[in-house]
Formats: sequence, C-alpha cells, structure tokens
Amino acid sequence: MNPFSSGTRLRDMIRAIRASKTAAEERAVVRKECAAIRASINENDQDYRHRNMAKLMFIHMLGYPTHFGQMECLKLIASPGFPEKRIGYLGLMLLLDERQEVLMLVTNSLKQDLNHTNQYIVGLALCALGNICSAEMARDLAPEVERLLQFRDPNIRKKAALCSIRIIKKVPDLAENFINPATSLLREKHHGVLITGVQLCTDLCKTSTEALEHIRKKSTDGLVRTLRDLANSPYSPEYDIAGITDPFLHIRLLKLLRVLGEGDADASDSMNDILAQVATKTESNKVAGNAILYECVQTIMSIEDNGGLRVLAINILGRFLSNRDNNIRYVALNMLMKAVTADAQAVQRHRATILECVKDLDASIRKRALELVYVLVNETNVKQLVKELVDYLEVSDLDFRGDLTTKICSIVAKFSPEKIWYIDQMLKVLSEAGNFVKDEEWYALIVVISNASELHGYTVRALYRAFQTSAEQETLVRVTVWCIGEYGDMLVNNVGMLDIEDPITVTESDAVDVVEIAIKRHASDLTTKSMALVALLKLSSRFPSCSERVGEIIVQFKGNLVLELQQRAIEFNSIIAKHQNIRPTLVERMPVLDEATFIGRRAGSLPGAASTATAPSVSLPNGVAKPAAPLVDLLDLSSDDTPAPSSSGGDFLQDLLGVDLSPASQQSGTGQASKSGTDVLLDLLSIGSPSVPSSSSTVDILSSNTSNKTPISPLDDLSPLSLSSRATSNAGPMMDLLGGISPSPLTENNGPVYPSITAFESSSLRLTFNLTKQPGNPQTTVIQATFTNLSSNTYTDFVFQAAVPKFLQLHLDPASSNTLPAAGNGSITQSLRVTNSQHGKKSLVMRIRIAYKINGKDTLEEGQISNFPRDL
Amino acid sequence: MIHFVLLISRQGKVRLTKWYSPYTQKERSKVIRELSGVILSRAPKLCNFVEWRGHKVVYKRYASLYFCMCIDDEDNELEVLEMIHHFVEILDRYFGSVCELDLIFNFHKAYYILDELLIAGELQESSKKTVARLIAAQDSLVESAKEEASSLSNIIAQATK
Repeated sequence: MNPFSSGTRLRDMIRAIRASKTAAEERAVVRKECAAIRASINENDQDYRHRNMAKLMFIHMLGYPTHFGQMECLKLIASPGFPEKRIGYLGLMLLLDERQEVLMLVTNSLKQDLNHTNQYIVGLALCALGNICSAEMARDLAPEVERLLQFRDPNIRKKAALCSIRIIKKVPDLAENFINPATSLLREKHHGVLITGVQLCTDLCKTSTEALEHIRKKSTDGLVRTLRDLANSPYSPEYDIAGITDPFLHIRLLKLLRVLGEGDADASDSMNDILAQVATKTESNKVAGNAILYECVQTIMSIEDNGGLRVLAINILGRFLSNRDNNIRYVALNMLMKAVTADAQAVQRHRATILECVKDLDASIRKRALELVYVLVNETNVKQLVKELVDYLEVSDLDFRGDLTTKICSIVAKFSPEKIWYIDQMLKVLSEAGNFVKDEEWYALIVVISNASELHGYTVRALYRAFQTSAEQETLVRVTVWCIGEYGDMLVNNVGMLDIEDPITVTESDAVDVVEIAIKRHASDLTTKSMALVALLKLSSRFPSCSERVGEIIVQFKGNLVLELQQRAIEFNSIIAKHQNIRPTLVERMPVLDEATFIGRRAGSLPGAASTATAPSVSLPNGVAKPAAPLVDLLDLSSDDTPAPSSSGGDFLQDLLGVDLSPASQQSGTGQASKSGTDVLLDLLSIGSPSVPSSSSTVDILSSNTSNKTPISPLDDLSPLSLSSRATSNAGPMMDLLGGISPSPLTENNGPVYPSITAFESSSLRLTFNLTKQPGNPQTTVIQATFTNLSSNTYTDFVFQAAVPKFLQLHLDPASSNTLPAAGNGSITQSLRVTNSQHGKKSLVMRIRIAYKINGKDTLEEGQISNFPRDL
Repeated sequence: MIHFVLLISRQGKVRLTKWYSPYTQKERSKVIRELSGVILSRAPKLCNFVEWRGHKVVYKRYASLYFCMCIDDEDNELEVLEMIHHFVEILDRYFGSVCELDLIFNFHKAYYILDELLIAGELQESSKKTVARLIAAQDSLVESAKEEASSLSNIIAQATK
C-alpha cells in the first residue's frame, strides 16, 4: 500500500472533529477531509475507498453535503469482496434515498448480489433493498425476493419477508404474488421468520382483500395455535423478556388476529379463548407485559362483539388508567378513545379519572385526555365537565390554553342546555383566555347574544363587570364594546334585571369610559378600535348627556394614522355635528342576527367567508352601491320599518359616499385605501341596496376592516402635518355635500375604472400602477407604472423587469428615461400591457426586479405584486 | 411501521439516523432540529411519547443518549419502547457496556447492528443472541478478508524486493 496516498485514519478524523472548539474550526477540518476524499476519488484510489466511505458517512451525519460520494457507494457495491460491499451498502442507505436517480444504477448490482453464493452478501442486498427501494426497483427485483422467501437459511427468509413488505407498499399490484409464500412462512418455527412472516401477512391483508380472505381461511386456526403455544411456552432464555417469551411475537400475532377477526364472526369466535387467556394471564408489572395487554385490548375492541371480552378489556384499561406510570396512562387514554365508539357507557365510568388527566403535568397526556373528554361530553354531563375545564383554564399552561379554549368553546356551543348558561361560560372563557378565543367563536357569541333579547341587559352588565377585571383580553374587550354600543342604555338603567343578579350602578359616563379605554389602549388592534368607534357613535345618540364627550373622543381620531379610523372618525363626526335629525335612525339597534345563516356560513368555509366578503367592496370602484350578496347591513336603513326621514338622510349620505372619483384619483397614493374605506361605510349604511338579511354583519365589517389594513402603508411615511391637511381636503367635499345644498343624482358607473395601487415600495423606491382597460377588451389591462425615488441619491442606469405566470402575457414599452432624480423630483414612467387568458378566474400577479446604480454602485430590488384588484 | 430512528446526545448532536420513509436532506435536518428541541426539553418523569406532526415519537434516555423512534399513530408505543431497549441491550452486549464514545468512533458498527434488527421499519429479529451471532460472523468475514489482503501485499512486497 502506498503510504503517501492516504489522508488520516477514520479514528483520527473523528478525533480532530471532536477536538474542534468552534464551529468554524470543525468546518475547516471537514473541508480539508472532503478535499482529500475528492482527490482520492478523482485518482480512483481503490485501497482507501473503504475508509473514505466511512469518513463520508460520519461527515454526512454532521449535516455536511456529501453527494460527491454517491458514486463511490456504487463502486464499492460492485467490487467483489464482502468488506467493500458491506460498507458500500451502508453508504448507499445513508447517503442516498429512494428519490435519487443514481439509485437506479444499483439495480443490476443488487440483482447479482441477491443471487450471490455467499448468504451474507445476499443479506446485505436484501437489507438495502428493504430500506430504500423505489417502485421501479421493486418491480424489477420482486421475483428475486419472492424466491428468497424459500431460501434454506432462515436469516435470509426473514430479511426477504421484510423486503417484501416494502415491495408491496411501493407496488400494491405485486401483492398477489406474495400471498402463497407468505402464508407458508406462518408455519415456521424460527422466531425471526415467524415475526417477519406475520408482519408480512398483516401488510398483505391491508393491501389486498384477496390476501385477507385467503389468510383468514387458511391460517386463522394455525395462528391461534401458535399464539397459544407461545403463551404457554416454558422459560426460554433466548427470547425471554421480563418473564414473557418473545413479547414481540405475541404482539405481532395479536395484530394479525385483529385484522383477520375484524368483520368476520367465525374468525373472531375462534380466537376468543386465547384472547381471554392472554388478557387474564399476562403479567402486568413490566413494560413488555403491558405492551401485550395493550395490543390484546385493541384486538378485543376491534373484532366482532363478545360482551364478556369487552368487559375484560375495559377493566384492563381502567387498571391502566390508575397506574402510576405515565406511559401506561397515556396508552390507556389512547385506547379509551377507540373504545368510546364501542362502549361509551363503560368509558363514562372513568370520567373523573380522565378529567384528572387533563390537569396532568405531561403535555402528551393532557392532550390525549382533553380529546377524550371532548368525546365524552353529552347533554347530561356538559355542565359539570365544562365547569371543571373552565376552572382548570385559570391555572393551565400558556401553551395548552389555546387547545383547551378551542375545545371548551366548541363543547359549550354544541351542548349548551340554555342560552344564559352558554353566555355565562363564554364570558368566563373570554375573561380567562380571551386572547386565545378564535374569531368565529366570539362572532358566534355575539350572534347568540343578539338573539337572546331577554338577556341583553344581563349580558351587557356581566360584560361590564368582566371588563373591569380582565381588560387585557382582546376578544372580551371587543364583545364588551359591541354590547355596550348596542345595549348601553340597558347597562345604565338596569333593564331586564334577572333575579340572580346583583344590581350595579353604572352611569352613562362609566359606560363611555369603557369604550374610551378600549379605543385608547395601545394594545388594541384595528378591529377593536373600529368597533369602539362605531360603539361611540351609537352611544352619542343613546346617551345625550355624553354626546359632547363622545364627539371629542371621535374628533381625536380624525388625525389617526390609520386611514380607516381617520375616515370613520371624520364621517361619524359630521353625523354627530351636522345631522342630529337622522342620527337616532342611523344608530338604531342592530336587527337580530340570523343564527341559521351564521351557522351555515360557519359550516361552509370560514376562511372563505372572509374573502368573499371582501370581494364586493373591492369591485365597487367608486363607491357606487351594487347589490352584492354578503353586504353589510349594520344599520339597515332601507328595511321596511325604517321611518320616513331615513330616505332623505339616505340621499345625503349617498352623495357623501358617492364622493365621486375626482378627489380620490387626485391623490393616487391613498386612492385605493380611501375608496375601500368609503365602501365600508357605504356597506355599513347599506343605502340604496335591497335589504339583505343581516345575518353576519359583524363578520363582514371586520373582514373589510382587515382588508384595509394593507393598502394604507403609503400614508405611514407622510408627515403628520401633510396627513392632517390631506384629511381635511378629503373631508372637504363631503362636508359640502353633507350640507345638502344640491344633492345631485347618483352618477352611474361608466366603464371599469380601477384605483391605482402602490405595487412596490422600499425605503428607497416607490412604484405605483395606474390601471386601465381598453373598451371592448376586458382581458387586457394597460398599466402605467410610475417610479418615484425616495432617497436623496440620483439613480442611473435604471432598468425595470417583470415576469408573469403562464396564464398571463406581458408586453413592456420603453421607459421614459433611465435616470431617476433624487427625492421625488420627477419620476420615470413606463407602460405595460398584460393580457390575462384566465380573465375572471385568476387575478393578476407579477414578479418584478428593478436594477439601478447609485453613484456607480449596482443595486437590485425584487418583489412580488399580488395586490392587483381581483377582476383584472 | 417505524419511519425513522434517531440517536441524539444531550447536547443535541446526532449520533445515528436511519430513515425508513423518504425524507429529503432538508426535511431530515428540520426533523432533527424540531425533535431534539421537543425531546431534550422534556422533564424526566413524563411519559416517553411525544405527538408530532400526526405521528408519535417514542423516546428513551440512556445515560447521555436519547434513542428516538417515530411510529404511526396506530402502532403500539409500549412495544416500541421495548424495542429500543432491545436495541440498547444488543449494543451493550456487542461493545461491552456501551457508552456514547463507542457509538461515535464505531458508528458504522451501530448501523450494522441496527440493520440486523430492523428492515423497512419493521422488527426483524427478537433474539439478541441471533443478532450477535450474525454480526460476529460478518465481522469475522471482514477480518479474514483483511488478513488475506495484508498477507497478499506482503507476498507482493517480498516478490518485488
């Protein structure tokens, strides 16, 4: 051997790696080794291939790339000696997986090795095949494996059996070839062959009904006998674990019997005796014994009904449940879950113990127990169980609270015997874990509250009390604010007092305090603040004495940085200031929300509900009302019972909202946001639209709110000064129109006009798109792109590139310039034409790349534009 | 079936990985990262099962090493626990009171043993003695091949002198 060709020994490399003090040092060692190995591979060095492969495997385990060694595995496998093959196959299994094409190259070597005279080489090939073979290889080599199932040495037979499992999993069509040889393995005496043979038969039964019928007919009795012999066998040191002979074989036999007994009374009948024996005689003080009992219970519960056995099984689970070992309790809970369908009554007996497990220290056990409790709840025990769960909510871990909250909400919604109980429980959950309550759950609560007219007073007072202690729970705040907005007068006047309540004294200003806290709290998000703003508007009318104060709070939001709040504040302010006469009608109480519709929606698709709700508001480009299905109908002006003044008020508002395009399109940056804001209000007031049952108004309001969150970004980086001036200029025309000098008739929508969008914005650059369509060609959108430089450097060599998915076609016209002056002193424009072949089905989407030079230095910006209006 | 076997040290270093279901390299390192985070942080007396991405991971700590096996939801967790113990006993018998260093420097031996114990994610042999015998037979095959090679090179060296 050439002493100069090698690197270090494997042992030395591992030492060097372990001696590295830093990650960088370790990387350096690995890099050096890899370089040496590559060099050795290039020289096609035979002597050290073996050692190199071992090193590569170690390097691979550390997580470094080793793909360059894959071909070496193949070479090692192809070499004649056993040591090379052994390490070669190990490398193959470690460095490759079934999806790599290199693997196909090994098929031929495998085939040769499967026919090798040395049985250990046959074993290596079977092992590799069983662990990583792909469907193609399975097809090619199945005949070889099938033949090896009858090989003289049992150690090859057992490997071939497991290899067959992989093959039939990859190619289920091949299953029938294996049925006969597999069945004959069941008669073997050698434990290894028996274990693998039973396992193969189990998998065959799962893939092919033909196999199931065959094995059931031919082998059920034989398997029962084997299990009996095994259970009664005397002590045998080779297979003994904790006093039981071969628990692994026990478990596999029980598993196969389960598959055979399921749905077949005769087969089930023939195994009853042995199951009873295993269930009663197995020692249960060690893991092995318990594993067998657990498997046996599972089999008893799955095969055809036998009352006596089931009782036995449930008793075993009861014993497990009171075991001190957490593992045993875990599997008991797991099994009881399956037993519920078979015998709910028996499981109910263990309810108290299960409830204790919900409070266990161990997250795995808690999770299982909670799921089990969830299944065990019914009309009769719901009150008791929910009380326990809610009590536990107070002390539970933060990471468990989410799960627990969801389950409680779901249980109380499903089984609540009466509305007051449901409201009580939900209020408890909201005050304990309000931040974990999902949107649809508190929407549901509001729907129920709205429907329980006799409980309005009670609920709003309870919420008021809860708010005093738990104001940090966002969803509690939302529900409270909503209820105070709607039923604030009941809070103050103690209307609808129930016997169980303690009377409380709340003044009008106390009620306004709550809403003020909610709206001014820093932690409140946009949804909460918007709800609070609406509540304030309502309170201004309900509490005349506080009207002025409410007005002041609303005025403070006229300069809010969030456009949605700013706009609403301005609008609400004009309603309070100038339209006293229509205000009471505008802020009437919400009509009762329709439970059936809400439940239907909920069942439909929750995330979908939100997106369909936003769609219409986007497609109303200039705020012209359009009868869209899920219109928000918060105030329901056009419903029949609305008194006369509303119609004239409606006209004013229509004009207010119809503001028309001129102010909005002038301020292109804020265009879309302000418009959709208008839409929201329009929807909110629902003028001129046919009255739609106001099923899910809260949902819609909120979803349109959230849709407004994104496009407001351009406002953020304007100075507060210009913001407020813009706000006033925005408000100007509305005021005029509200003055009502000439309520002009509504102008109809003349052709599609789209708001301009801010397609891309970084700290240094803004790109806005003006979108137009040519008449008569709805598929094509003409985009006028305007680039604005937000930095103080001039950009030169400015190049804009765009890419679109296949269903779109893109045409770029030359840009107006390739130099972009600093600080917004001018801009580059460029027009694009996009043709959407899936018009109406898919909306536009675009990837962009902008390259330019700052002082001669290259800069690259990339982004994706997906905020195009939907119907382009 | 067993989807993968992992040996992780208390420091989160990987000592052995065996994948019986297809996972890409990227997924593998993600799995290892996630699981070592979950398992190493569990308190000592809790149960040995962790539910993870629709599967269950059965783990057991032996000295400084965590042995983990990921199984299907319907598999018998207690049996897998026993299987881990079975594997550890075989390692122990082979190395003679095995320690982490044995598994570091002779990681390939540990893989050979595992390959005699599991194939395709299923148990192959329930007898520790049989596994030991098969490994010993293959080791001696390697030894004799080595001796042959060295005596051959000696002869060549003699001849070319």
